[in-house]
This record gives sequence, structure tokens and C-alpha cells, in this order.
Amino acid sequence: MTETVVRQNRIARNADRVGMAAMIVASICLVALGAHWVSGPMVSVVVLVLLLVLGGVLGLAITGGPEARRLLAPYGLLKPGMLWLALFFLAPVWSLLRISLSTKESRFSVKYNFNWAFQNYATAFKDFGKQFEHAFVYAAIATVLTILIGYPLAYVIAFRGGKYKNILLGLVVIPFFTSYLIRTIAWSTILADRGFVVRALNAVGLGNVFEWLHIMDNGKLLNTPAAVIGGLTYNFLPFMLLPIYVSLEKIDVNLVNAAGDLYSSATRAFRKVVFPLSIPGVFAGTLLTFIPAAGDFVNAQFLGNPNTTMIGNSIQDQFLKQNNYPVASAMAAVLMVSIATLVLLYTRIFGTEDLA
Amino acid sequence: MGESASDVIVLDHVSKRYGDFVAVHDANFSIATGEFFAMLGPSGCGKTTTLKMIAGFEQPTAGRVMLDGVDVSDVPPYKRNVNTVFQQYALFPHMTVFDNVAFGPRSKKLDEAKIKTSVMEMLEIVRLSDFAQRKPSQLSGGQQQRVALARALVNYPSALLLDEPLAALDLKLREAMQIELKRIQREVGISFIFVTHDQGEALTMSDRIAVMSQGHVEQIGTPQEIYRSPASLFVAGFIGSANLLPGTVQSHDGADAVVALKAGSTIRVAGQASAHAVGAHVSVMLRPERLRPSEQADANGQSLYGTLTDLVFQGATARMIVRLADGTELTCLADSSARMPQIVVGATINVSWDVDGGYILSGWPEKAGSNTTDIDHIESTL
Repeated sequence: MTETVVRQNRIARNADRVGMAAMIVASICLVALGAHWVSGPMVSVVVLVLLLVLGGVLGLAITGGPEARRLLAPYGLLKPGMLWLALFFLAPVWSLLRISLSTKESRFSVKYNFNWAFQNYATAFKDFGKQFEHAFVYAAIATVLTILIGYPLAYVIAFRGGKYKNILLGLVVIPFFTSYLIRTIAWSTILADRGFVVRALNAVGLGNVFEWLHIMDNGKLLNTPAAVIGGLTYNFLPFMLLPIYVSLEKIDVNLVNAAGDLYSSATRAFRKVVFPLSIPGVFAGTLLTFIPAAGDFVNAQFLGNPNTTMIGNSIQDQFLKQNNYPVASAMAAVLMVSIATLVLLYTRIFGTEDLA
Repeated sequence: MGESASDVIVLDHVSKRYGDFVAVHDANFSIATGEFFAMLGPSGCGKTTTLKMIAGFEQPTAGRVMLDGVDVSDVPPYKRNVNTVFQQYALFPHMTVFDNVAFGPRSKKLDEAKIKTSVMEMLEIVRLSDFAQRKPSQLSGGQQQRVALARALVNYPSALLLDEPLAALDLKLREAMQIELKRIQREVGISFIFVTHDQGEALTMSDRIAVMSQGHVEQIGTPQEIYRSPASLFVAGFIGSANLLPGTVQSHDGADAVVALKAGSTIRVAGQASAHAVGAHVSVMLRPERLRPSEQADANGQSLYGTLTDLVFQGATARMIVRLADGTELTCLADSSARMPQIVVGATINVSWDVDGGYILSGWPEKAGSNTTDIDHIESTL
């Protein structure tokens, strides 16, 4: 009797370790189920382990007293998110990596043999280098453009918006009430060869200038790299603008006044005070814009041509049309790793304490 | 108004309008080099607008702002040799204390070695040398305040403008900073122009005070002048506490004026006959500390009778509220260590004062009797 009580007390005192162990075991069970590590009767065993672990922690929380519950609470709160990520992120990534190293018996087979088939990666680089390049170059240009367009806009709304601030922000967000796809398709109408933009440009004689700038190609605006980059810029502008706006909005106007008072011209005040304080916004905006833009396939599909295909289009094509899961998976893995590397580098160079 | 060579700032009939609203009306005064000058008034009186016009953040609609003898009315802030300490300090949060203080000299593109010496010197004066590499967020309110001071003073401006600099500090720290500010001002010898709504602060620190109300400068003078001889009913009520008794000038007796109070009695006020004609509507100001409450009438002075309605012991002093026959309430501040008469609440007592204890002001007050602001401040400052 006393021995059981002592044992129970010991478990209760170590409840945080129990909670962490339970979370890890449950996550592994879910990944095992999601990624098909087990099959047949073993599935029921894993499900049973999962239920036992979760039930055990619940039991400990109920019987362990307030101290045990206090120690378990953080893991209890972490669990929904962790388990969700285990099932819907870790398991698919595992499957993706596994398939990227598999081969198919034939083009029409649905069975994959895992055999460390690194040639999938070789294929991904060899055949789709151009598309990777497009993805990163277009996304980078679009990101720079969203900063150039979004920063001044956010600045004006934050510092000169006055009572119209909310209306102006509303105007920025309003396009989101229409589907992303429809807005992009709308651009293909606007930029069409016989659309008013092309006609207007030619009428005022700017056609040649745009041609010279490589924005237009043989009198066409649609289906050019410029159209794809323009579409990306348009679609991701709010993701750049809003974080910049938030960081500018937080800046006390008196800081600008103080800089002026301390003999700084408006330009120097901006350079030394306003801009440094808005860097966290630019940083967040860059991540929110560059990452999805690099994986985007909608803009290239509707506004581009076969020579502007981005890696997103190729992955979609390999998965859904060519049914070539191994190479498609390899491409997706490369895209993921490259973006992660670029973001890490970017964070190292420009990251601020506020975001870390 | 006479301009002298030692005046660092001259406001020459300066007005500021926003549409129909007159924020500052015809401000016309000058501030001498090395002077500690306060602009005092309730919020919305135009004191901050006046400060902003001196700093250059606002332009006057009429009149001129002169700095070191030069008209700077249209010169932007960054080209004026004045610096401001902002109400919430406005320290640059992304810079260290050193970089904050060095901001002004670096704007002027001074030599970096010289900047380092002068910044460290100034940090020495405000006693923050050990904090040079901290960020403002790592400092206490009082320390941030001193960084703001150093950041402004390091530029050796012609004048330093302070906008309610102590408002964000708690009472103890505020009192310590009042003394600290005075010390720093003496040490650097620069004119300080100080905006506050706290009359105690203004009385403690200033060489001269400009009392403002509704855009008008009501009076400019030393703290003593303003306290003893206020120029208007507003000043009398705003600075310290005052008992204002409405009445009519009945006659002149040599230099003294005889005033028939609306409360019923007739009293004599020394030395003000020439300023107020017979028959004029006036108010007699009686400062609470000049009144002597007692059981018997005081043969030497002027006196009124009333009922004691409240008696508050405040340590060094005792505050008494006496209601006169017509309902007017007077506040008396008596030395509590003196022989306290056997006065109890509800008793009829006599309040007396010397002939030179009263002061006559033109006009009748909105509210007769006691006009108390913050009595604790008067005590701490007088």
C-alpha cells in the first residue's frame, strides 16, 4: 500500500518527463501510421499504443494531483499542435522523401520500390534546372518589387493616413475577397494582346520603350516573364505591405521630430531612425512573399508561356499529368531544402533580435 | 518690449491660429541667456504650441520668433540651434545611450573623436557614464530622462526646450529630478524653457514664469511676484490657493483702499488705492497662510467672523475651512505648533489678517471664497 503511494508520488513528481515522453511516443505513432511504416495487424498495435499513451497521461493528470497537472499542462497544450504536425506534416514529408528515392516498375504502375534511387535528384537538377532558376529569380525580383511598391505605400498610410488610415488599409485588403485564381485570370484579360493596356501603350508610343526594356515581347505583354513577375508582385503585395505597415505604425512620430530637432534632415531622419525601426517588418514581409512566390505555379500558368515555367508548374505537371511521383518528389524536396537554406542565410544576415 | 543683447529668445507679438481656433494670442516676451523660464498653465492654454513655435515644429501665423537676434520664424527645426526634451523622451530605441547622445553631433558631421569626448563629458554631467552601452529600454524612467537631457545638451544649444519633462515620473523621482535639472542647468549655463501644468514645479525651479490661459499670456514674473501680486483672478486662483472675496471700492484713504465686501464687512487693503478707482468692482485676495483664525477679534488687523466647518491636521500645518455668514468659504492655513485655540468644528471664530495681507484684483470671481489648487504643493514649495 505505502509502496504504491510512494511510487505514484514519484511519477507525479516526474510528470513533466512523463508528459514529454508521451508526446514524443504519440507523435511517432502518428507518423508511423501516416507514413505507412507499419501494415496489417501491426496497425492495430500502434493504434493501441497511441491510445494507451494518451489515456495514461490523461489518467495521470486526473489522479496525480495539482502538482502533476501543473507539470503536465505545457505538454497538454502543445499536444494538439504537435500531433497535427506529426500526422499532416512529418508523415507526408517522410513519404515524400521516401518516394523521391524510389523507382516505379513501369510508367503506369502505382507501386514504388525504395532503392536509394538518387538518380531522381539528378533528373530533377538536369531536366528542371531552368525552372528552378525561374522560380528563384522571379520570386526574388517580385519580392524586391513588392518592397519598392509596398514600403512607400505603407509609409504614407502609416504616417499620412490620418483618419483615412483604416479605409486605405481596407482598400489594400479588399482584393482578397476575390479568389486568388480569378484575380490572376483577370490579369490575363487586362494584359491581353488586344486589351486596353497594350493598345494604350502603343497609342502613346511607349510600346517600343517597353520592348527595349524587355517588358514587352513582339508587341505582347501577356505571356512574358514580365507578366509572370508582375502577377507575383500584384498577388503578394499585401503580404509585404501589411507587416511593413505594422512596424511603421508602431514608430512614435516624436522620434522623427527628435531626429529633426537634433539637426537631421528628413532624409537622414528616415535613414537613421525610421528605416532601421521598420526592418523587422521588411524582414517578415520578405519571408511571407518570397517563400510562397518561389513555389507558386498559378501566375506562370496563366500569365506566362512555356519558357517562363516555374518549378511549381513542373512539380504539379510531374505529379498530376506525368504521374512521375519519384522525380516530382525529388523536385519538391530540392525546392523545400533550397528555400529553407536561403531563408536561414537571410535570417543570419538580416535577422533582428525582435524576430528571432 | 525692450530687447537686450542678452536675450536668447524673443517672441515678437506671436500668434498661432488653427482655423478659427486661436491657440496662442499675441505672445510677446523674451528670455535671457542662462535663464530658467517656465511656461505654466492648464492643458490647452497654448504653452506647448508656443514651445513648438520656438522649436520650429509649428510656424506662427503672425509675429516673429527671434533666436540669438535672428528671425527664425520660417527656419525648420533641424536648422535651429535649440534642442527639445520631449515629454516621453523620444529616445531612439534601436541605439545605445552613447549613439543616442551622439546623434546630434553626428548629424552635424563633427569629428568622431571629438564627438566621443563631448558625449562622454555630457554623460558624466548627467551621471550616466557607466550606461553608455545600454539600450534605452534597459534604463529606468529617471535615467531615460537624463539621457534625453544629455542628448539635447551635448549640442550646446542656445536654449533647451523641455515639454513637461517630469510628467512621466513618480512623485519622489520628480522631486529629485527638479533639483537635478536645476544643478545641470547651472552647470551648463544654457537657458531652459520649461513647459508645465504643475505650478509647484514652476515655482520651485524657475527664475521667471509665464502664466498662460486660453492662448493668452496672463502674467510674466518671478515666482514671488506671481504668487504675491497676481495680475488677474485666473493667476491668483491657479498659483497656490487663494480666497477671493468680491466687493466694491468704497473710498481711498491715503494709499490704502477701503473695500466694501459683498459678504457684508468693510475692510482696508494697504497700498493699492491708486490702481483701483472708487466704485470699481474688485476682489480681495487673501492667501490662506496669511489668515489667523482665533476665538477673539484681533484689534490690529482686519477681520471677519464665521463658523468653523472643517479642521484638518496636516502635520506642520492645520487647514481650516471657515464659512462666513453669506455662505462664502475661506481656507486658512495655520501653524499647528502654535498655541491652538480651543476651536472645535461648529464654533464661531474670528479670522484676521494684517492690512498688507490682502491684495486687490479687478473683477469679481466666478466663485467667491476659497480657490484651492494643490495645497500640498504650496507647502512643499514655500
